[in-house]
Amino acid sequence: MAEDAEQRDRNEPAVAPPHQVAGSRFGERVIQWLLFGCAAVSVITTMAIVLVLITESARFFRQVGFAEFFLDTKWTPQFAEKHFGIWPLLAGTFLVTAIAAIVGLPTGLLAAIFMSEYAGPRLRGLLKPTLEVLAGIPTVVYGYFALTFITPYVLKPLFERLLGVHVEVYNALAAGIVVGIMVIPMVASISEDILHSVPNSLREAGYALGATRVTVVLRVVLPAALSGVLASFILAIARAIGETMAVTLAAGLNPRLTLNPLRSVETMTAYIVNVSLGDTPLGSIEYYSIYAVAIVLFAITLASNVAANLILARYREVYQ
Amino acid sequence: MSVRHTAPSGKERLVGRVFHAACTVAALFGCLVLAVLLAAIVWQAWGWLNWEFLTRFDSRRPDQAGVKAALWGSFWVLTFTAIVAVPLSIGAAIYLEEYARKSRLTTFLQLNVNNLAGVPSIVFGILGLTAFVRMFGIFGNEPETVAIPLGLCTLKLQLPFGRSVLAGALTLALLIMPILIVATQEALRAVPAGVRHAALALGASKWQTIRYQVLPAAAPGILTGVILALSRAVGETAPLLMIGALSYVAFTPGGIERLADLLSLQKLAGVPFSPFTVLPIQIFNWALRPQREYHHLAAAAIVVLLVFLLLMNAAAIYLRYRFRRRLTGR
Repeated sequence: MAEDAEQRDRNEPAVAPPHQVAGSRFGERVIQWLLFGCAAVSVITTMAIVLVLITESARFFRQVGFAEFFLDTKWTPQFAEKHFGIWPLLAGTFLVTAIAAIVGLPTGLLAAIFMSEYAGPRLRGLLKPTLEVLAGIPTVVYGYFALTFITPYVLKPLFERLLGVHVEVYNALAAGIVVGIMVIPMVASISEDILHSVPNSLREAGYALGATRVTVVLRVVLPAALSGVLASFILAIARAIGETMAVTLAAGLNPRLTLNPLRSVETMTAYIVNVSLGDTPLGSIEYYSIYAVAIVLFAITLASNVAANLILARYREVYQ
Repeated sequence: MSVRHTAPSGKERLVGRVFHAACTVAALFGCLVLAVLLAAIVWQAWGWLNWEFLTRFDSRRPDQAGVKAALWGSFWVLTFTAIVAVPLSIGAAIYLEEYARKSRLTTFLQLNVNNLAGVPSIVFGILGLTAFVRMFGIFGNEPETVAIPLGLCTLKLQLPFGRSVLAGALTLALLIMPILIVATQEALRAVPAGVRHAALALGASKWQTIRYQVLPAAAPGILTGVILALSRAVGETAPLLMIGALSYVAFTPGGIERLADLLSLQKLAGVPFSPFTVLPIQIFNWALRPQREYHHLAAAAIVVLLVFLLLMNAAAIYLRYRFRRRLTGR
């Protein structure tokens, strides 16, 4: 870089001659405002999301009412007798998210510990890109993998042949497993950054006291990094709650209040997709119900993200 | 923790070894899954992926189906997404890194970008459906076409945008903007402050410093971010399903089917408002059908998508490698 700049200086002045500078005060200010406009687009996006969700779901709540939405335990928009109780969708989302958390969070954290505390630079240089590739695979591919591989070739033999329990073609377990796999890179990379930023003096102090490596990791490094690790967990869970394609493909479209992971369920996201797949007439109550579900989804994920980002910001202040 | 004077006992050594093993397994789990996933998909795609698959439209007969419409659809959506998202995101990142002073407004802008990156993609889909496809119903519910003569060609403007390439691209642009802004900010931050100071000391204005010194130095890093964000856009399915990309499409946007067609302005003008499908949606539709043949087609389409993504990722990794070498001078 330094060389480049030098070379450019010798050949031709990279900076415009003074006569161009003089008249450009106004232009400078225009550019600054233009750039501010670009930054404002993201705020406008957020405001538009909130506005759209509130105004359109208001049309839904005018007809259904908060009491039914939050207290009824049936979700049957397609039936003659329509019920709009969000609990089955919440239960489906919770079930898939819980399985994903059980699979993804410990694996991601242990992988982060391995990369930060055990692996040499070369191994880490290999593992990080692999995790990035894993993170870059589209979610619809994970859904396909769950539906056509995990369910028929892993879950069916395991549960039906060995344990004699019926596994439905669409089931929450397969969806939860792939969503768990999907959040591993996220947990691993954020936690690894956090663990890496724990000052070495803390580790050395631990070793000086005669502690073994595992003690240093579990009782010095991990407690020091706890808030950051927690933030990565919250982000991963928010991601799992908002995950759509894998869940739609693998968990099914069956709104059902169950905690049995081998049956098909419907998550909030899958319901939204389901309505947009069918030919729901514009302006019908079913159409507006997606906004009501989306506002719940948005509120949950936004709260998680804000919390996680606050924790991360505070953590960075302490150590960086 | 108290000071100890004895060597670790056998039990402690065992605990240490078990923990080390657990961490190793967890770290290798990702690689294992990746290998199994790729193997399973290639195995299911075997025999279904050939040149005809790439050059044929979808068909009601599985052995005659292909991904031509989806390939062109993905290409156009990606192109328009990049045209909208890249300049806006780079502009926003330059403002946040180079111009914004530390103030409440700046903190709010930054927090907003970070939180927007965590909003589920399907919520962006709902925004796109309402704001771009329907335009809040201001123009009525059915898209109406206005022909605007531009001399060389006629642009058929459609309001609201309807279920078109443009509506999909705008939705994806909003979706990838937060990712792109954060990546560009990191690239700008990696440019040493000395570069800015040197330029300013030579009498360059702020914008000249950014335009002629900072941006060129950060370009490879920004380009890496652009590629990664676009590869996210290529794989996105949910928002495009929401805005109503079609499931059965036997045409390409604007009727452009060969590279030579790209020279026809009249055809190009038809692209933005054309209905479309994209690769991930084609995959989703085939995967949803119960027949085995369609699953093979889905697997073949996944291979096409993954090859494309791997190429993009490889380019990004190479650029990052070059970028590091340039900045450290090694």
